[in-house]
Amino acid sequence: MSNTGIGARIERTEDKRFITGNGRYTDDINLPGQVYASFVRSPHAHAKVTGIDAKDALALKGVVKVFTGKDMEADGLGGLICGWTVTSKDGEPMKVGGHPSLAPERVRYVGDCVAVVIGESREAARLGAEAVAVSYEELDAVVEPAQAQNQNAPKVHEDIDKNLCFHWELGDKEATDAAFDKAAHVTHLDIVNNRLIPNAIEPRAALGDYNPGSGDYTLYTTSQNPHVERLVLSAFVGVAPEHKLRVISPDVGGGFGSKIFVYAEETVCLWAAGKIQRPVKWTAERSESFLSDAHGRDHVTRAELALDGDGRFLALRAHTVANLGAYLSTFSSSVPTYLYGTLLSGQYDIAAIHVEVEGVYTHTAPVDAYRGAGRPEATFVVERLVERAARETNKDPAELRKKNFVTKFPHQTPVILNYDTGDYNACIDRASEMIDYKSFDKRRKEAQAKGKLRGIGFSTYIEACGLAPSNAVGSLGAGVGLWESAEVRVNPTGNVEVLTGAHSHGQGHETSFAQLVSDRLTIPIEDITIVHGDTASVQFGMGTYGSRSAAVGMSAIDGALDKVITKAKRIAAHILEVQPDDIELADAAFRIKGTNKFIPWGELALNAYTAHKFSTSEIEPGLKETAFYDPTNFTFPAGCHICELEVDPQTGCVEIVDYVAVDDFGTIINPMIVEGQVHGGVLQGIGQALLENGVYDVETGQLVTGSYMDYTMPRAHDAPPLRLDFTNTPAPSNPLGVKGCGEAGAIAAPAAVLNALTSAIGHENISMPATPAKVWRAIQT
Amino acid sequence: MTKVSMRINGEQVNADVDGAQLLAYFLRDKLNLTGTHIGCDTSQCGACVVHLNGRAVKSCTMLAAQADGADITTIEGIQKNGELHPVQRAFQQHHALQCGFCTPGMIMAAVDIIENTNDLDEHSVREQLEGNICRCTGYQNIIAAILSAAKEMRG
Ligand code: FES
Ligand code: FES
Repeated sequence: MSNTGIGARIERTEDKRFITGNGRYTDDINLPGQVYASFVRSPHAHAKVTGIDAKDALALKGVVKVFTGKDMEADGLGGLICGWTVTSKDGEPMKVGGHPSLAPERVRYVGDCVAVVIGESREAARLGAEAVAVSYEELDAVVEPAQAQNQNAPKVHEDIDKNLCFHWELGDKEATDAAFDKAAHVTHLDIVNNRLIPNAIEPRAALGDYNPGSGDYTLYTTSQNPHVERLVLSAFVGVAPEHKLRVISPDVGGGFGSKIFVYAEETVCLWAAGKIQRPVKWTAERSESFLSDAHGRDHVTRAELALDGDGRFLALRAHTVANLGAYLSTFSSSVPTYLYGTLLSGQYDIAAIHVEVEGVYTHTAPVDAYRGAGRPEATFVVERLVERAARETNKDPAELRKKNFVTKFPHQTPVILNYDTGDYNACIDRASEMIDYKSFDKRRKEAQAKGKLRGIGFSTYIEACGLAPSNAVGSLGAGVGLWESAEVRVNPTGNVEVLTGAHSHGQGHETSFAQLVSDRLTIPIEDITIVHGDTASVQFGMGTYGSRSAAVGMSAIDGALDKVITKAKRIAAHILEVQPDDIELADAAFRIKGTNKFIPWGELALNAYTAHKFSTSEIEPGLKETAFYDPTNFTFPAGCHICELEVDPQTGCVEIVDYVAVDDFGTIINPMIVEGQVHGGVLQGIGQALLENGVYDVETGQLVTGSYMDYTMPRAHDAPPLRLDFTNTPAPSNPLGVKGCGEAGAIAAPAAVLNALTSAIGHENISMPATPAKVWRAIQT
Repeated sequence: MTKVSMRINGEQVNADVDGAQLLAYFLRDKLNLTGTHIGCDTSQCGACVVHLNGRAVKSCTMLAAQADGADITTIEGIQKNGELHPVQRAFQQHHALQCGFCTPGMIMAAVDIIENTNDLDEHSVREQLEGNICRCTGYQNIIAAILSAAKEMRG
């Protein structure tokens, strides 16, 4: 390992600009002649739009223009789309309700956009938006999926019966039921996975620009995947053809899934820029983020686990109702189905699994992927079930897990996935040792003496990351391939630009990707630049989500590096008059093996471009290579998190006193960055477990938790110190052996915390977020 | 329009401001000091923290006009002679930032905390960061960075 290569704990190169205030986020960019957009949003959860009167708005000083859904329709623009088709168990495709960017005749959740006001300043636009008079005919709304499924419930989309988008199943029902019939013990679980609001600290923003001379559009926006954004805006919405649209996603202040999606606001800004031929900018206020960023989770599940007399798991079945919100967001149908049902085997060898999921429309904000996306929901079901089964059968929760772990690989689960490698015992053993599990009873007694209830909880999670083989996801309904692309450009002076289709919005790609390049090309990291987030420089890419950028994005870079090195060796061989096989690259020089004859890296690069010393009929000049990489399988990060906490029975307050995480992410490129990802993920998981909840009023459909005063974001004093360690079984499905680390914390933590909490209070029925009031009440019953 | 004059990062600034303009927007839109971020509309996230006459304030909670006559330092102004401030350095060394959006406010808050608290320990740093939200880091490395910078600054 070189001191900047793979595995090196080096400081991040991107930090310099962020710590000095020189980051360049979308809202930091201003264009000459720019105007501002402000959206008129529905105050009702469900209503008919009977009229829009913009007269007063247009009379205000500084108001430039008002557009409505009718204007977009008149321009022939399509609605927003969902890129993953799920098929119901009766063979019918999911039922998709239309999703116009500006609702022309009906609004379906509080915050749905009805019109946009363009103003010379933010204030003018905002005052204009307030002055637009929209007449609504209010209709009944439904925010709870259980009620939405009633025959006479208000319909979110008129032609969709019982608001049912899909009723999907996975696994063998007969085999599962048969296994349950033979069970010695069945553990039941009714469980809610609470709605979360992502809250990246940078609000979403967009700046659309149009050049009437060339007909070119440019969109600066807060996107995790600018190429997908461009594809959707041109191929489906039809704002501009792909070659006339450039999407730039500059520094992005966190995403956690919420910035994967193509939203109404950026669509409108881009289109409006063309209409009025001036740059149009919009930046969400936080209250708009709460209302309109796609929310996460929101499942209600009934699950059962069948065990034999020995404590072996025979079968698992689950029925989940997933709240999809008012419209299908970009990937929302995949989250409660293929990213959820496929993970219900956990780390366990379970012969039969059957899961049914009903995806239901309600009059709430669309629900889509949020850090973990389906996998936290699955882990929460499996790990709460297993913990409860251990309690019911008087078994040690660690031992019961170990008895059922998958230990032979590859392992085909009954729910599609084929686990290729892992060592689950290694993680649970190390985590148990770190937290000193053996002495827990002593600590519990000590806590008791202080009047505290102490509990411990395990979460042995697995996730499927590195999304993923394109033909596999295609057969499951994905509308896109999930490969990644990379281009390595060696400049004549020897420094290197790497263009990647992945996008960094906090993950530190500019550092970790450069570490790979430095490692392979044996050149200093200062000579390497990672370019991402601009469709004009990067040819194509699928973006960053699902912990895929190391496994897929870096593998593509690795592929391009292979080609660069191969070509460079051919050139070196020509110049040194030997065979390419005689050349090795080490210490930034191409050397004839076993001799001290060499060409330094920089000289080779220059020679590649001057092309004086080799025959260009045999070797093309230049040194630049591209690779598209499609993985052969998902990757399967897995690990064991253990939470130990104390509850004050007087107040219901929960204090996490210890938390250990042992994760197997395969090869680790930069341990410092990976630890950071775990820290952040775990706190989001703890936030879900103890603090955060997205709540709609059942009567009015208003978002009750619409600001930081009502939605409890984890603060520094809510975060326990975490202790981390790693194991490593390299992923066999990619050349680097990496598995991905971005989501593990958010996936593992909720179950660890709730298992610890229920162990402390001796009460199983407590829902997330386990607020002091709920905990106190549970203790009293 | 109101005439204001203030010192910002050591330089005199005279400007006409709209009476309703918040200091945060004045810094960003008028002076192009885009290091000061805006993350909320309820004065809770702390992305907008600057120093006003030496103390940390949320620049989204005051009008630009109220800053008339004040001495303001933003994230762009805490380097001395081109050298990073010890808190900036500590943030990089301890990986106390990921997306970087909360970072300017965190750093400005941290400088204030270090300069104005005796006996800083992990607990007191966590308590005093109540007004700054970070969604990325889980705070662990932010706390480590602040404690380490405090040590360095106090020699
Ligand atoms: S922008 Fe000032 S506290 Fe959030
Ligand atoms: S680093 Fe992203 S919000 Fe703090």
